[in-house]
Amino acid sequence: MPDINRIARQFIEAIPHARALGMVLEDIGAGRAVIAMAYDARFIGDPASGVIHGGAVSALMDTASGAAVMCHPAAPRSTATLDLRIDYMRPATPGQTIRAHAECHHVTRSVAFVRVTAVDDDASRPVAMATGAFTVERRP
Amino acid sequence: MIPPEPVQQIKSRRDAALRALSAGVPYIGYLGIRFDRRGDELTAILPFDDKLIGNPLLSALHGGVTAAFLEVTAIIELAWAGLWDEIEADKPDPAALEAQAFRLPKTIDFTVDYLRSGLPRDAYARATVNRSGRRYASVHVEAWQDNRARLFATGTGHFLMPEPDGTAA
Repeated sequence: MPDINRIARQFIEAIPHARALGMVLEDIGAGRAVIAMAYDARFIGDPASGVIHGGAVSALMDTASGAAVMCHPAAPRSTATLDLRIDYMRPATPGQTIRAHAECHHVTRSVAFVRVTAVDDDASRPVAMATGAFTVERRP
Repeated sequence: MIPPEPVQQIKSRRDAALRALSAGVPYIGYLGIRFDRRGDELTAILPFDDKLIGNPLLSALHGGVTAAFLEVTAIIELAWAGLWDEIEADKPDPAALEAQAFRLPKTIDFTVDYLRSGLPRDAYARATVNRSGRRYASVHVEAWQDNRARLFATGTGHFLMPEPDGTAA
């Protein structure tokens, strides 16, 4: 199992866009992953309020979802997003780190299903939630 | 008879309105998204950059970048469609337009279908406003790379419109 986690961690840490957005993998294992993204003025979507753009939150949730798939005990060789549906519940509070908690709750031979929640400092009120379907590339 | 307005004046006003909508948003600039305008038709352009890669083995675009590109395209198209009638009727001064801070629609939900992996090259997107009411709007977006007919992603989103006085609901 630790081997799966190591491979999943390498997979996530090698993603140029995840590095560009300053994403940090905080926890990974058994089909669950937590990834944090610090507040950054370059990612603002509403200049009047300083709120981070929904697109950056989507990128964070997509990455966390991919990490959750990669560390699932089914141990896929690789994965790609098939579809992602995101609900934006409230603006993230400017200045606060956003954390995406992803759970890969079901895997078939070729598809992985994921739920993911994004929160800021007030974890009791999620910023966004998403569900996604991902491809499962099996080892030969 | 009133002579028609000089074409350059019309173009400069429309371009100023488009810039006013998108230029002030840092994240649009960070991703490098630009908008090409033909009359009222907008095409969003995402020039390829290494920082947009999601899979280093394939140099494929990050799924989150694709989602963000589609969402940005939908928001700007929606705001632009609303602004168009206003600027065509009122003919505001381009400088005044650019100085104005526009409130953009807020995303309620957004769904992305990934049809094929995004290749390491420029991407294009166009959005269609399927319904735009006083409070809510529904927008569909299509994105492609080399061939207009070979879409690599589509998206549909619902948006909350800003209040008429300019404040977001």
